[in-house]
Amino acid sequence: MVSAAGGGRVLADQDVCVGAGQCARVAPGVFDQADDGLVVLLVRDVPAGEVDAVLDAVDRCPSGAVRLGAPAGGPY
Amino acid sequence: MTTTDPGAATAQPGPQDDVPDFPVPRSCPFSPPQTYAGVRERDALTRVRVHGGKHAWLVARFEDVRTALAHPGASSDARNPAFPALGAGEQQVAAELRPFIRMDPPDHTQVRRMLVGEFTLRRVQALRPEIEAVCAEQVEHLLSRPQPADLVADYANRVSTTVICRLLGVPMEDLEFFRRVTSVSGSRTATAQEVGAALQELFGLLDRLIDLKAVTPGDDLVSRLVNGPLARGEITRTSLLSQIGITLNAGHETSRNAIPLAALDLLRHPDQLDLLRADPSLWPDAVDELLRHLSVADVITLRVATQDIALSVGTIPAGDAFIALLAGANHDPAVFDEPERLDVRRAQRHHVAFGHGVHQCVGQNLGRVELEIALRTLLERVPSLRLAVPESELPMRGASAIFGLDEVPVTW
Repeated sequence: MVSAAGGGRVLADQDVCVGAGQCARVAPGVFDQADDGLVVLLVRDVPAGEVDAVLDAVDRCPSGAVRLGAPAGGPY
Repeated sequence: MTTTDPGAATAQPGPQDDVPDFPVPRSCPFSPPQTYAGVRERDALTRVRVHGGKHAWLVARFEDVRTALAHPGASSDARNPAFPALGAGEQQVAAELRPFIRMDPPDHTQVRRMLVGEFTLRRVQALRPEIEAVCAEQVEHLLSRPQPADLVADYANRVSTTVICRLLGVPMEDLEFFRRVTSVSGSRTATAQEVGAALQELFGLLDRLIDLKAVTPGDDLVSRLVNGPLARGEITRTSLLSQIGITLNAGHETSRNAIPLAALDLLRHPDQLDLLRADPSLWPDAVDELLRHLSVADVITLRVATQDIALSVGTIPAGDAFIALLAGANHDPAVFDEPERLDVRRAQRHHVAFGHGVHQCVGQNLGRVELEIALRTLLERVPSLRLAVPESELPMRGASAIFGLDEVPVTW
């Protein structure tokens, strides 16, 4: 999982996404919303300064499309 | 109130039940119905009776509402006989027309994906100048009216109708037309025949529009759906009419009801309005706080459990209906400190005013921006705006799908 220092992996599943746009609204440095409405990842790992924003995005995502995984090199 | 053992629970009517009726009216337009606090505090599921004598469980705690609405076993399909419709004609009409808000995946997913691209953050940001122009024009209309004027008919209805109609590409010579349609289609007392007749009038207009947009497309939602999914055979014309109709009605009625309520909510909290006037960068947070505080779509979230759904207060058994109370969740003191207080600087901003799960409002980004611009334009252009009658005399829309006020007399 993500640590306060960042470094966790961001996971976004377009098959699950319902295009609410909440992630891109609260963490615009990490998530974008494509023209078709679905989530697009702008980075692979959680930037150190964006941990709270990413956690907020994960919490708000209505469909569970946005999640956190282990840091790069981990089991994911 | 009936206490039930969730393990052996059944929502079906029993021979001697004393189950309370639902929905219940608000006693104050700015607060959830008073009974919600008791439902939230009970350590058991609460059962209610809805239209036609059917039973449903109430879900009122914030985390339970999110869990229930995001659960794969939460069905929105109005064709299910257990579906807890609140209006007389609601279930029959929804089962026949199948608007996507009353569908389950994968059907729901297919329709929703045709629409989400129209309401992205980027698209809505690009619409800001146009929404600002609409609000500026309509606030001048309000100011041209004799006082007291009606904040609903003379401003909010005109703003919400104009914005959603432009986005969809629907001509709107008659700004009261959609208000008349939704006053019937969203009414709990209207029969299926009455709702059907009101919607047929709307569908007639949209049907002619589909033909027009196929020949002369514009830069709008209807044109893109007609020349995309409809032309490719991915959606039937009948379904397309339903989906355009629900997008138009939902987009219009929610904003129309939220704008006057939110304006009054700020006027009755002058300290909060002063904060916004001193620091306009607070507006986006203020909009989310107003959405939370007012929760006008409180009881739109009608569901049937198709699997057991475990919650903190017990398990909703498969087959039973439930209603996730958005205003109940948004006023849960376990999540929101002093939930009755309007606080534009509130730290907790993750409300469920737009619902949760796969049905979370597809137009929420438009709704936020529209509410922000409509309120800012109104309160900046009319700084002396005030209610012309006592709050207790405001006529509440008690029997409608979306909570609101029928008339808001204002002066300035």
